[in-house]
Amino acid sequence: MTNYDWPLYEVFIRTKAGLSHRHAGSVHAADDEMALNHAHDVYTRRNEGVSIWVVRSSEIVASDPAESDAFFEPAKDKIYRHPTFYEIPDGVENI
Amino acid sequence: MYTQGLDQKSAENETSMADEGVAAASFQARVDAEEKIEAKDWMPEAYRRTLIRQISQHAHSEIIGMQPEGNWLTRAPTLRRKSILLAKVQDEAGHGHYLYGAAETLGISRDEMVGDLLSGKAKYSSIFNYPTLTWADIGAVGWLVDGAAIMNQIPLCRCSYGPYSRAMVRVCKEESFHQRQGYEIMVELTRGSDEQKAMAQDALNRWWWPSLMMFGPSDINSSHSAQSMAWKIKRFSNDELRQKFVDVTVPQATAIGLHVPDVDLQYNEETEHYSFGEIDWQEFQNVLAGNGQCNRERMQTRRQAHDNGRWVREAAAAYAKKHSNRAAA
Amino acid sequence: MNIATDKNVLLEYVLRLGDNGLILAQRLIELVAHGPELEEELANANFSLDYLGQARLFYSYAGELEGKGRVEDDFAFMRSDREFCNVQLVEQPNGHFGGTVARSFFFDTFYQLQLEVLTNCRDAHLAGIAVRAVREIQYHQRHNSQWMIRLGDGTDESHRCLQESVDSLWRYTGELFAGDSIDDQFRDAFDGPDLSALLARWREIVESVFSEATLDVPDDQWMIEGGRDGRHSEHFGSLIAEMQTMQRSYPGQQW
Repeated sequence: MTNYDWPLYEVFIRTKAGLSHRHAGSVHAADDEMALNHAHDVYTRRNEGVSIWVVRSSEIVASDPAESDAFFEPAKDKIYRHPTFYEIPDGVENI
Repeated sequence: MYTQGLDQKSAENETSMADEGVAAASFQARVDAEEKIEAKDWMPEAYRRTLIRQISQHAHSEIIGMQPEGNWLTRAPTLRRKSILLAKVQDEAGHGHYLYGAAETLGISRDEMVGDLLSGKAKYSSIFNYPTLTWADIGAVGWLVDGAAIMNQIPLCRCSYGPYSRAMVRVCKEESFHQRQGYEIMVELTRGSDEQKAMAQDALNRWWWPSLMMFGPSDINSSHSAQSMAWKIKRFSNDELRQKFVDVTVPQATAIGLHVPDVDLQYNEETEHYSFGEIDWQEFQNVLAGNGQCNRERMQTRRQAHDNGRWVREAAAAYAKKHSNRAAA
Repeated sequence: MNIATDKNVLLEYVLRLGDNGLILAQRLIELVAHGPELEEELANANFSLDYLGQARLFYSYAGELEGKGRVEDDFAFMRSDREFCNVQLVEQPNGHFGGTVARSFFFDTFYQLQLEVLTNCRDAHLAGIAVRAVREIQYHQRHNSQWMIRLGDGTDESHRCLQESVDSLWRYTGELFAGDSIDDQFRDAFDGPDLSALLARWREIVESVFSEATLDVPDDQWMIEGGRDGRHSEHFGSLIAEMQTMQRSYPGQQW
């Protein structure tokens, strides 16, 4: 079988100016330059991008789904962080 | 989307036998509630294996599927048609790429999947073992083969496995022009000379039945269906999808003056469906078993490309290694 | 200044650009489904689509300039192989991946320089096409330069393969810069490229990439020419026959 080592890169694309980069997928590439080219060729065939980031998948630190309750549940209680929590009298606008 | 590195299923997710039953029940409850399963979530081993088999088979089909259409790239009759066909074949490479990526999230490498394809262990869609003999075949493939594929793929956008479902959303969005360009080729031919009309009819004659076979064996003989439905990997049965395809496609043929090559084809006013003749399951089994017109050529081309590319892939890896060593030094 | 002559010069020049693009696209298309890796398959298709798209723009413009009602497909499918005026470099068979990369690298490096000048040429329509094309070719050139370096400085095997390709293709690079009267007239009438300046710049880029790729620049040698006058390689006839088969077998039909 193959037995060569082209590592995996994650691809993030800014679809137009003003938007943030968004995860689009991944590519295999031998080096960083190649990863950028591959990301361009695979994920922007229909002009979907104005900027691309690639990063080695192995360099990403991710949270563990097994701990997701401990990690994310507490934040759900803090509804006072959301604007809809507050009552505004009828007739008052633009606030 | 279908990240491998971020999402890869980790080995620490092992559960003890006692927990297994609880986990399975809560997994099924999530599926029943239409929640998406993500790569690092607990999942039954059989679910994982089923997905790997199905997604990689789907990816292989995209890659092998480049060949029958690629066969006409150098001979496309106009520059416009050449560009469209090339964009379509390129999309197939792209879709194979997305799908390999989705499968990789389940803890199998692309290398391994490609190895299974090349060794003959993994299958791809049998439709691509039929030859494209005339330009009209490019029309028929787009219209019928992509048409059948879309029937299969649209429900997959709602598949319970997140990475697969996201890949399919992207694939379906991009493929929306594929069937249209095929039908447009047929329309143009049926408006043309007698020779062109005959070419279109001949292509329909040859591609109609293989297209119906694309939906797989009849429900009574389909081994994977029930479990896949429960897991919400599959949403409709093979026969349901096949019926839908026939119902949609027959009027498209009639509209451009082509005849569907099935003497048993009849519209049933009561059921509002077409009834149609029996598929030649012997042919289906044989093509599946590797005895079709092009099985050997398709695999040979794939193996050759893989072997011829070996030194290139090795060179790039060697260069990257040298380079990073130099940078580190 | 003779307007009729200028128009003919422009027409001829635009046709050459179209032919270079179409023939290279046709060669690259032969490689579809034969790429060394899936991601490179997508890259190759992008390049072919770019060349094809450019060729169509050049041919459509040629049809306008000529004013005889010919459209893009007439130029692509209804001219004989002796009427094609692409350089011989782009028609050379693919060989292995290294050969494809080297052929594209030599051509793209030239073509990018040529287009950069054309973006400022005195014909607005042609300049407009060049503005669009040059962006595409910059990317091709970068991609292929990188592959030249990876293969040249990769393994012993890849170095040897690429050096062989370079050595056998080198004799077709002279034609890129061997101007004829059309080139001279185009330069004078439309502010076209000065080929000797282009050659100097091309040489610099090639030498710098070669040095990073640890490749040897071949010795000066006899250069093969004739493409611009319709004299092509032996295999060119087969390429054209294959490409034109539908239009020749079923003349005058819509597809």
